[in-house]
Amino acid sequence: MNLFKTLAVGAALAAGLAGTATAQDTTKVGFIYVGPIGDGGWTYEHNKARLAVEEHFGDAVETVYQESVPEGADAERAITQMALSGADLIFTTSFGFMDATVAVAEKFPDVKFEHATGYKTADNLAVYSARFYEGRAVQGTIAGHLTDSNIVGYIASYPIPEVIRGINSAYIHAKKVNPDVEFKIIWAYTWFDPAKEADAAKALIEQGADVILQHTDSTAPQAAAAEAGNVYTFGQASDMSEYAPMPRVSSIIDDWAPYYIERVQAVIDGTWETADTWDGIGPGMVGIGEISDAVPAEVKAEALALKDAIASGEYHPFTGPLNKQDGSAWLAEGETADDGTLLGMDFYVEGIEGEIPN
Amino acid sequence: MDLGQIDPILLLASLMVAATPILLAATGEMVVEKSGVLNLGVEGMMITGAVVGFAVAVNSGSPAAGFVAAALAGAGLALLFGLITQVLKSNQVATGLGLTLFGLGLSSLIGKPYEGIKAPSLGKLDIPLLADIPVLGPILFRHDPMVYISLLIVLGVWAGLKYTRAGLVLRAVGENHTAAHALGYKVIRVRLAAILFGGAMAGMGGAYLSLVRVPTWVEGMTAGAGWIALAIVVFASWRAGRVLLGAYLFGGVSVLQLNLQAAGAAIPVEYLSMSPYLVTILVLVVISLRGKHGAPGSLGRVFHATT
Amino acid sequence: MRFVLEKRPAPSRLMLGLTPILAVIATMLAGGVMFWALGANPVEAIRTIFVDPLFDPTFASYSRPQLLVKAAPLILIAIGLSLGFRAGIWNIGAEGQYIIGAVVGAGVGLAFYPTESRLVFPAMVLAGAFGGWVWAMIPALLKTRLGTNEILVSLMLVYVAENILASVASGLLKNPEGRGFPGSRNFARDYPAASNLELLPGTGMHWGVIAAFIAVIAAYVLMTRHKMGFAIRLTGEAPRAARFAGVNPTRLVVFSLGMAGALAGMAGLFEVSGPAGQISIDFGSGYGFTAIIVAFLGRLHPIGILLAGLLMALTYIGGELAQLMLGMPAAAIQLFQGMLLFFLLAMDVFANYRIRLKTREAA
Repeated sequence: MNLFKTLAVGAALAAGLAGTATAQDTTKVGFIYVGPIGDGGWTYEHNKARLAVEEHFGDAVETVYQESVPEGADAERAITQMALSGADLIFTTSFGFMDATVAVAEKFPDVKFEHATGYKTADNLAVYSARFYEGRAVQGTIAGHLTDSNIVGYIASYPIPEVIRGINSAYIHAKKVNPDVEFKIIWAYTWFDPAKEADAAKALIEQGADVILQHTDSTAPQAAAAEAGNVYTFGQASDMSEYAPMPRVSSIIDDWAPYYIERVQAVIDGTWETADTWDGIGPGMVGIGEISDAVPAEVKAEALALKDAIASGEYHPFTGPLNKQDGSAWLAEGETADDGTLLGMDFYVEGIEGEIPN
Repeated sequence: MDLGQIDPILLLASLMVAATPILLAATGEMVVEKSGVLNLGVEGMMITGAVVGFAVAVNSGSPAAGFVAAALAGAGLALLFGLITQVLKSNQVATGLGLTLFGLGLSSLIGKPYEGIKAPSLGKLDIPLLADIPVLGPILFRHDPMVYISLLIVLGVWAGLKYTRAGLVLRAVGENHTAAHALGYKVIRVRLAAILFGGAMAGMGGAYLSLVRVPTWVEGMTAGAGWIALAIVVFASWRAGRVLLGAYLFGGVSVLQLNLQAAGAAIPVEYLSMSPYLVTILVLVVISLRGKHGAPGSLGRVFHATT
Repeated sequence: MRFVLEKRPAPSRLMLGLTPILAVIATMLAGGVMFWALGANPVEAIRTIFVDPLFDPTFASYSRPQLLVKAAPLILIAIGLSLGFRAGIWNIGAEGQYIIGAVVGAGVGLAFYPTESRLVFPAMVLAGAFGGWVWAMIPALLKTRLGTNEILVSLMLVYVAENILASVASGLLKNPEGRGFPGSRNFARDYPAASNLELLPGTGMHWGVIAAFIAVIAAYVLMTRHKMGFAIRLTGEAPRAARFAGVNPTRLVVFSLGMAGALAGMAGLFEVSGPAGQISIDFGSGYGFTAIIVAFLGRLHPIGILLAGLLMALTYIGGELAQLMLGMPAAAIQLFQGMLLFFLLAMDVFANYRIRLKTREAA
């Protein structure tokens, strides 16, 4: 076994050298996508940021990408081939690529890797993610004001911390402006299944929800809400502005472009270092899409004020006093949540009904 | 949890919408299988129908034109399958799987320019008078035209298989192609016609997704609906009436679980999702316990006229 | 005057060898037109798909071994399927057997975490094979006892298996240190005793590849030298004669479905403990269905399956390179693979039939 390991390291080093030998004057930046670039949401935004990188750097940077890469064995091969092709910097844009990225990063010490939404770092592997929950706070505020039925529907994907954070953040802020608000949550167990998302939106609307928040990637809930009329929605991941001004009244936009441009510049300058970036509205990684005229002016003003307060760091969406769902104390008056708790969040805050699956 | 929040009338109405794509595709596939051919490419034909229907509807502004185009596109893909399996006598299972691959690729290439566009609305067709009946009205008579058309097609297929000569020939070909050939029926031609019909239906089912149920074009949007249609045919033991039941049941389970969740019920989603398939296996077992095979006798077999 | 097909008494050996080559050439032509229509240089595109994975100086040293990694599960599953297919037993649920094998095998491995015992990996392989076997026994028993159609039962069980996978990935087998994300512990990275890594670095050889080669040889011996192989061939070619010859159909069904299930289950285990690394919701990547295609492309013959598996793997890896190097959309590659299958399947007709020109209507 040890012999194999020694050999493996040797081969890996050789492979790594081969990788850098082909690098040329232009900086080559690679992107690994989990979905098709036309999904209108998650992958679409990453690809938009890739195009922004191309535009920003012109001929100095060449980008390559591979779409619809399955998580698992195929991912590791796709990343390796990209490294072999001479990429200097590779962004892998799905949580499920984590272990594959770590493995390839070990083999190519001279190539820089950036993994979205993961938590494993190395000297040549940085992680980055966005504080989407900051945007959820703004959404929650608008939703709390807009709802007449006091029922807000929420289409959730998988019960993972990121999604639970979003639900909690939206709920806390909706409740703040509307004490009678109630959340109905559907776990769709998919990031992307337009028909199911549409059905989920319809089920929520039929049960009285007049505001729909979604944490799945397709525009299907928007379309379902448009069909139903008098239902408000928010764009997810992408602006989804084709549904503005109604039903889409605002959106959370994943704006990866500033970060990608900054990191590519660092590679060009030779100043790239590993990092664990978790940026929000302030640095521009989370964008709030144009709040449409369907929202009353004073609500819009309040939402924008909240956005500015979050952006400046003056306000944290998880500020005490807050209790957990079971009534136990979580944050004392004025206390803000630490990142560790947020990253592993597996509980609802007080007031949300229902249980988190599993 | 408050189950009282679920309005059964709305639930049943949305169940009919959710079931329509798989109902259309399954009815088509049932006719194909009745003729003795197993086409596993339903998913590929559906998604091609979805994108072509959407593209034509957007360009012409007419959803009806979209549905017609989707049917033609589905039939076009089916023709490819028909030529390879019937004329060139390849294996149906492998060819069908290839067709799915082909359709998924083709649809996403065609669909690139149509991402992020809204579809023209088909609108509702409230049937006068009937739509005002309490309870039944909202469930049955306030849908878009395609819901009614799909029901009419099921009725037509049922009657056609049972009472017409064409239906008789189709069944004869599917049960025993050698005997049917000996009686002078054109086995290959009958099967090609059935395959084309199946493709057209799958194409329309796909277009219902992209034009009504979702309604927008997104790559990969069928997300396995074609495979569910295949399961329904089996569940229905190749009978038109039961295809309707099966489609509403399969569509119903998914709509019901979403509604139960919205009402706050903690339900094991995975177990509920697998239940229709377990029920389908049970149905197959019951059929065979009764001493019948259920499936058309020549299903999946290559026919070659020896004389 | 018209063309008619005349069945050959036995498939033409010449055509069996020639048609795959013709099909690949036809695909290159049709695919070239497609690539040209998409604005790519067709020659370059075809070269990237078929030649670069094997000979490109940058990629070949990595892609060649990867061909084995990608082809191994396809070959392993297809060999198992081919036994049944040749006897007219249609198991199209290998995807489910693959998934259940991976789940059961991984479950056994995780139950002993973090043991360093050398026994754990062999135990997992056995458990994987057992899991796949059990999943295949459901359609087998229903068929032999009640006469239930095995095509449909095995297909339905794929959906059931997928739901079981989703359930255990986010429940029973979830990594307790995974920060709440669905997915099991990673065997390849965090559990050395239970991992299926490359045996010799840079060769791509892992236990699954070795198992695939053994399966090819064993299937070849079985089909040509063993009584069971004879029974399978006879049943496929002349079912009635087989019954007269004393072939027991029940045993045949149980054997061929069981073998297919066990091999698919093993393939799942090798994949989850090595290349894929972990149980995740998306673990089932369609190998079970692709293997059906491989089995037919290989004409249900062990050597043919070996070659077909490698060809399929080549189009996958070459397709990835075409995306990477030429910016080709993934969909174009899918379409291209679909074309290749159609041409290969369509040209089968030349091997099995003779084409005659008839001047008068046949009786």
